[in-house]
Amino acid sequence: MTSEIRGEWPLYEVFVRGKRGLNHVHVGSLHAPDDQLALRHARDVYTRRNEGVSIWVVRSSAITASSPDEKDPLFAPSGDKVYRHPTFYDIPADVPHM
Amino acid sequence: MPVVAEPEQESEAQLEARFEAVINRKDRVEPRDWMPDAYRRTLVRQVAQHAHSEIIGMQPEGAWIGRAPSLRRKAILLAKVQDEAGHGLYLYSAAETLGVSRQELTEMLISGRQKYSSIFNYPTLSYADVGTIGWLVDGAAICNQVPLCRTSFGPYGRAMIRICKEESFHQRQGYELLMTMMRGTDEQRAMVQESVDRFWWPSLMMFGPPDDESPNTARSMAWGVKTHTNDELRQRFVDMTVPQAKALGVTLPDPELVWNEERGAHDFGQPDWDEFWDVVKGNGPCNAQRVAHRKKAWDDGAWVREAALAFAAGDGSDTSSDTSSDTSDGPRTA
Amino acid sequence: MPDVRTHEPDDHDNAYAGLLVNDAHWAFGTDFEDPLAGVDTTVPDGVDPATLATYCLMLGDDALVLSQRLAEWCSNAPDLEEDIALSNIALDLLGQARLLLARAAAADGSQVPTLPDSSPVPDEDRLAFFRDAPQFRNVRLAEVPGGDFAQTVVRILLFSSWRLALLDRLNQSRDAVLAAVAAKAVKELTYHRDFAGRWFLTLARGTDESRRRLVAGLDALWPFWTELFETHDVERAAARSGVGVDPADVAADVEAVLDQVLAASGVERPAQPPHAADHGRDGRTGRDGEHTEALTALLAEMQVVARAHPGGQW
Repeated sequence: MTSEIRGEWPLYEVFVRGKRGLNHVHVGSLHAPDDQLALRHARDVYTRRNEGVSIWVVRSSAITASSPDEKDPLFAPSGDKVYRHPTFYDIPADVPHM
Repeated sequence: MPVVAEPEQESEAQLEARFEAVINRKDRVEPRDWMPDAYRRTLVRQVAQHAHSEIIGMQPEGAWIGRAPSLRRKAILLAKVQDEAGHGLYLYSAAETLGVSRQELTEMLISGRQKYSSIFNYPTLSYADVGTIGWLVDGAAICNQVPLCRTSFGPYGRAMIRICKEESFHQRQGYELLMTMMRGTDEQRAMVQESVDRFWWPSLMMFGPPDDESPNTARSMAWGVKTHTNDELRQRFVDMTVPQAKALGVTLPDPELVWNEERGAHDFGQPDWDEFWDVVKGNGPCNAQRVAHRKKAWDDGAWVREAALAFAAGDGSDTSSDTSSDTSDGPRTA
Repeated sequence: MPDVRTHEPDDHDNAYAGLLVNDAHWAFGTDFEDPLAGVDTTVPDGVDPATLATYCLMLGDDALVLSQRLAEWCSNAPDLEEDIALSNIALDLLGQARLLLARAAAADGSQVPTLPDSSPVPDEDRLAFFRDAPQFRNVRLAEVPGGDFAQTVVRILLFSSWRLALLDRLNQSRDAVLAAVAAKAVKELTYHRDFAGRWFLTLARGTDESRRRLVAGLDALWPFWTELFETHDVERAAARSGVGVDPADVAADVEAVLDQVLAASGVERPAQPPHAADHGRDGRTGRDGEHTEALTALLAEMQVVARAHPGGQW
């Protein structure tokens, strides 16, 4: 039963330097069990077409972010994290499709 | 000691007004912005369904990787199906910024609570189908997806930009395969025509039901989640495909298909919408098989995902060496 | 490639519009039609063309057959990241195979299967799709059925450690094509070995189950290990003439690498005698065309469409 295993690989953010002289730019995210595999995954997932010369990966949970607005709503959850952790967002089972 | 003023709590109405203003000036909504629950739900549904479609979509073509008839075609097809895994991954990542995990979404897919594009519930019966899927199915997908690069939710739009770039290679490889086959033997030409005949109507169905039967369209367009109606995109697809079919030397199986000078567009027949709804409801030729395949891969991989987590946590120091093993759960050869 | 216009660009299409113009780098680089385009395929002085061709078939078949096996993971891997990684490895090996088979055909056309006169099937595809199992020269480690993820990790570790050592030396081949293929492949194989080594360690020290499966995978493949270091006459001749590498010469290096991974993972070398399954009739091995029954099934799938259309264009 899959539902018995609730642990999920943590989320990482991936930054790629497209060529020398440029900044690393955020290109997306992925899951990996640890930093080393995250780096390997990033190579496979985000540089399949030679898009980069250098890769950074960082755990999403390690990023501290500014508030989206001056008036940061109090109810914005985990306000210091750029990327929210999964929160078992409730999706009705009978959502229509197409 | 400096005192930081607590931001005042805004009312729901103020937040809603601010959100509407962002939408109205065609700006992007980002994950930490306040958004109406219904917007979030709509996005989760759409992005998840899109991600599932990419992942399930690996199967009908993936079944032919092992049988690709040249080394060049094998490499192209494997790279293409690999891209689809990548697209699914980008999209699941976009969905995760809305607060729902890939694991949850996958479990909703394999338990049948979330859908994927019905086109992938049709079987692939010959190698020509690899070309037809690239040309028609990916072509239809591109029509749907290019406008989504400007969808209102930032992470979704950014994922779509990357995906659209890669999809252009997908459509081209499909069309090029069919062109090459049409230059080949009579048997190959017949394969191409037969494949196009089978995939034409399901491709038209990919744009969804007619606008007057699409309950979510109006709201999705108001929010900038969708930017064109189903019928608009379907028309665009037909107009773009007819000359390509002619160049290829195949016919499209629609007796009503004709150029309408007045409209400056093609008139065309309607797909069998009863069949469409039947497949959506789970009664297509391959629904059960596709979901079972995904479920098996996910279930079989559970011990690997768990092991990697245990290793990362540093508590995997056990050294038991029971060698009686069941290694029967590897990938199936088609 | 034909100029395919898919739709009218408008202001919504910026992300996509420019991409139809130049997609040469998307799939596989520019020389994708002819794998050896622009390469001098003259056989070096003093080298027997048949020996060179057969030697290329050996290395090419190793890569082709294992690529076919690894591609079976596509849509079946434990998670999307691993699906993509395994496809990458399969693609790298497929690329190596294509170059090596093309090189074999260019060196000695007499080894290429004959098809009807009008057939447009290129030589490397004739070699891949129109030879029978006894004509395949791959080591049997490449062909045995896939097993679970742990066994796949073991196979990639064993195979890439060995092949990396071989191709690292093949860099100095007197045959310019082989040297060029090796130079490119070394980078790829270094990554494959790294991927497999990392996962070997992870599974060894992950959970009880992952460790049990890993050890079982190592036991299952161990009978095919020593075959990798046995020198076939063709390999000996290729090494003597300066175009090939004698696999016996890399044995010590490769064993040392394996011992390092095993030690870091706390896994013992399998105790069973390595010769349980590694020799066929009269001591013949995969290099002689002696295979397990798995290869015929693998080829039946791989070749079915190509053989149904010997005059087909793809």
